[in-house]
Amino acid sequence: MTSYRVAVHVVPRRGILDPQGKAVTEALHSLGFAAVAEVHVGRHLVIQTVAADAAAAEASVRAMCAKLLANPVTEDFEIASVVAA
Amino acid sequence: MKVGIVRFPGSNCEDDAWHAVVDHLGEEAVILWHKDHDLQGSDVVILPGGFSYGDYLRSGAIARFSPIMNEVEAHAQRGGIVVGICNGFQIACEAGLLPGALLRNDRGYRSMPVTIRVEHTDTAFSAAAHAGQCLTMPIAHGDGRFTADDATLDRLEGEGQVIFRYVDAAGHPTDAANPNGTMRNIAGVCNAARNVIGLMPHPERAMEPLHGSTDGLVLFQSLLATARA
Amino acid sequence: MTATPRLGDPVITPALVAEHGLTPDEYQRLERMLERTPTFTELGIISALWSEHCSYKHSRPVLKTLPTQAPWVLQGPGENAGVISIGDGMAVAFKIESHNHPSAVEPYQGAATGVGGILRDVFTMGARPIAMLNSLRFGSLDTPRVRYLVGGVVKGIGDYGNCMGVPTVAGDVMFDAAYEGNPLVNAMCVGVMREDELIRAKAEGVGNLIMAVGARTGRDGIHGASFASEDLSHESDAKRPRVQVGDPFTEKLLLEATLELIASGHCVAIQDMGAAGLTSSSAEMAERGEVGVEIDTLKVPVREAGMTPYEILLSESQERMLVVAHKGRDAEVRAILQKWDLTAAVIGEVIAEPVYRVKEGDHVVAEFPGTRLVTDCPFYYPEAAESPAIVALRERDVHAVAERAEESDPAWTLARLLSAPTIASKRWISQQYDSTVRANTVFGPGGADAAVVRVRGTKKALAMKTDCNGRYVYLDPRVGGRIAVAEAARNVACTGARPLAVTNCLNFGNPKRPEIFFQFKEAVGGMGDACRALDTPVTGGNVSLYNESPIGAVYPTPTIGMVGLIEDATKAVGSAYQSEGDSIVLLGTPTNELGASEYLSWIHGVVAGAPPACDLAGERAVIDTLCELADTRLLRSAHDCSEGGLAVALAESAIGNREQPRGIAVDLATWGSLPLRALLFGEAQGRVVVSTANAEAVLAVAKTHGVPARVIGQVTAASAGFTITGGARALHADVSTLSMSFHDALPAAMRRAPADAITTDPAAGVTA
Repeated sequence: MTSYRVAVHVVPRRGILDPQGKAVTEALHSLGFAAVAEVHVGRHLVIQTVAADAAAAEASVRAMCAKLLANPVTEDFEIASVVAA
Repeated sequence: MKVGIVRFPGSNCEDDAWHAVVDHLGEEAVILWHKDHDLQGSDVVILPGGFSYGDYLRSGAIARFSPIMNEVEAHAQRGGIVVGICNGFQIACEAGLLPGALLRNDRGYRSMPVTIRVEHTDTAFSAAAHAGQCLTMPIAHGDGRFTADDATLDRLEGEGQVIFRYVDAAGHPTDAANPNGTMRNIAGVCNAARNVIGLMPHPERAMEPLHGSTDGLVLFQSLLATARA
Repeated sequence: MTATPRLGDPVITPALVAEHGLTPDEYQRLERMLERTPTFTELGIISALWSEHCSYKHSRPVLKTLPTQAPWVLQGPGENAGVISIGDGMAVAFKIESHNHPSAVEPYQGAATGVGGILRDVFTMGARPIAMLNSLRFGSLDTPRVRYLVGGVVKGIGDYGNCMGVPTVAGDVMFDAAYEGNPLVNAMCVGVMREDELIRAKAEGVGNLIMAVGARTGRDGIHGASFASEDLSHESDAKRPRVQVGDPFTEKLLLEATLELIASGHCVAIQDMGAAGLTSSSAEMAERGEVGVEIDTLKVPVREAGMTPYEILLSESQERMLVVAHKGRDAEVRAILQKWDLTAAVIGEVIAEPVYRVKEGDHVVAEFPGTRLVTDCPFYYPEAAESPAIVALRERDVHAVAERAEESDPAWTLARLLSAPTIASKRWISQQYDSTVRANTVFGPGGADAAVVRVRGTKKALAMKTDCNGRYVYLDPRVGGRIAVAEAARNVACTGARPLAVTNCLNFGNPKRPEIFFQFKEAVGGMGDACRALDTPVTGGNVSLYNESPIGAVYPTPTIGMVGLIEDATKAVGSAYQSEGDSIVLLGTPTNELGASEYLSWIHGVVAGAPPACDLAGERAVIDTLCELADTRLLRSAHDCSEGGLAVALAESAIGNREQPRGIAVDLATWGSLPLRALLFGEAQGRVVVSTANAEAVLAVAKTHGVPARVIGQVTAASAGFTITGGARALHADVSTLSMSFHDALPAAMRRAPADAITTDPAAGVTA
């Protein structure tokens, strides 16, 4: 078994209202960052776990996301990185 | 005395502050629109409670960039009095007008009466109280855990910048009296020049017998005492 | 003009019609109305408008039996909210609404958007919201899924109301396995305005502009209204994308902008875009105004590209409103919205031709003749028959239920009842709600039998409360319906307020089942009896049917939201004893009744027996007595006897204020011949425990109203203990023991799982 550090982005599901992202977008516009098209605000999680290999570590974190870390009603998640650590 | 109360989008305690000043202090108050650039001759500026910009991103993080904050910061630099209550405290910290930061409570949003002890009376929002006086008033916030590094905290204590502390019924700053996990039971602080004061509890909700406490009155009277001094 | 399908519209088939929840008969009615096959857009519109949620097709004939008028009622049912006068040119708008199904699927957003919707209903009348209440029903806290729902619902309510700056001041929360798969989340809002600021949602004036105001339209919650009209089943899981997300910050801006807009006089009507969104708001406004409307979906500000007219019309994106502006004043309306960083777009106009027309640019995608799109739906008079199983439960002799061994000490039973989640302190919940913002709260959660909120600028205060014991309604819907109203009125009167009017939220199962429709008909009948007897007309509300899951229907729960008036806010009365030596007086009479009690349910797991009798003339006399006692400042405290009976009421007044507990020395020998558990824990109605420094005067006032009243003891120091004698066995308890049972029960139950854990598995709760 190896230790892995798995990073996950949890973001509001595409198409679902993201009030926080909307407010931040408008604030950036008012500060002069006119080029900003869209902002989405989510969570970044770093999970230290042991697994047989990288694929198993990722599969296990996916299961965690589906069960607990992301709200399947309103959020999507993506595995940002899986590194041995 | 004229008190300017800033209305940010999402502020919701500006009317309460207005009533505290006008109805209970008998002084003049004016609501200042966040997009304006004019304090309208206010002697004192209150940054009121609420959820400016929904408290999205971080509490107070977006409001500090409102146009009127340029004038509020200039007013503070000139030595003018600024009082931040609850969300106003958070905005003042984000704007760098006050030291430290207000983080998420360690036990979630809390709405309840608390007792705070007045630690120093040499500010415009504590002058009419006496040192050690215990005041009861409500808190209602999710992000009130005052946080700074140890060196900063020691400096604040040393310079007498911790103005209000959560205490129990006997006046002791115990863990049980700490409603949000705030460091050293800090409920309110002032800046080094002592003209900007921030606190999480709501004195404007403890002004008359109907509120169940009139302990907030002495803090507002402090503004008047200072203005007349 | 006639509507034609868009390129790519699905072909109308019987399967598609069924998917839209229309029966074959209803579909034929639609075809007859149009004299042709509907377009896909038209099918979607009618599916939403003829859903139970919008049309009340199963409930309207029964609802018509409710009293709705009184001299102080300015606006009865049929508007965004009811409105009553409180004198001196001031008025109160208030309404209660359910968000049960969305909360079962996504508790946080479901509850939050429920709060958002009811707030909009009140401020679109021109009133500033001054208080929120919530009536919640959950399954047993032993179930992890239920704890997850409680945590999510409470946080959703708190986060939305707190951000809006509207204090959440009262409510009622009950726990029973009957709500396991289908929680009830009913939110009530109370607002205040000057009478001359009242505005109605009635489209008027040919040529006036129809404007979409507030947030942009996305694909949120499409078909939520028809979703709210189905049983919750495993398939609901797959319907998840329908759940909407709330944005309280935008709503706060919308509130301020709306009140400014109404004051400006630029608009003639405003309606919330709630369930079925643009479709129902535009159709209902047209119907009230008896005018035609024409809307162009290309002009609706959208959040996502490529939205079809079908999606735009049925979207339930939150924080949006439909405004009818005076012709030529759209620029002024836009300027007000712009000040608050909100958008407003002209999307159509009021037309003389009596049609409901929707265009996508030049293409007519929907056109209905007439202006009665909503009330032209079919109405049903389902069969009603009481379930023999419930008759048998009601007729069971509950006095035969054997006592548990521990009950030899009645103090054990009392402590255990005080820890029942339905009875225990709800501070764990109310601490998450800002109850003091606006600085008008005289009594917030737990301080009095109803919340008391001062009306700023006057000496007056409003008292408000939600109530309904679903177990009573289940065992006898007629009596249960009466008690729901009587208890809410009694609670309001305990503060010294005169009960004025009612809003109701009728949560029932599937009305097509005869035993459910029987409950509905009888419970509404009982409510009507009580509303007439107590002079508290119904000014509006909401019907939520199909509250069922695989384990069955919820208890029939016709939640009552009652509003009352105190002319002098300083006369408001709380529920906690104030001073040692005060006399404790019982208004009303203990009886031999034990049926349907919390005692039987919580101590014995028995749901049976007849609920206590409800004597409406007696209730009215008790209310009159309380109002007079408070007005003459004779009361130190007043608390009604409800779940848990007399012993629990006596205890709650002693320990309700945890920081200042009191003891009591009470003697009930007058009724010593009653079975002890009926005397202590039976739930006989019409009873109130009051404390006073002047018992003689209290007894004299009660006598003039014909209310039985008797001094039963004194308030003592907490250290003197809690003592009730005179029954078959004496009850002696430590005040601190009772206080811990009462105050620690809910936090301990919720600690069993992190309240904010995301364990989204709706099916788990449904099959449990």
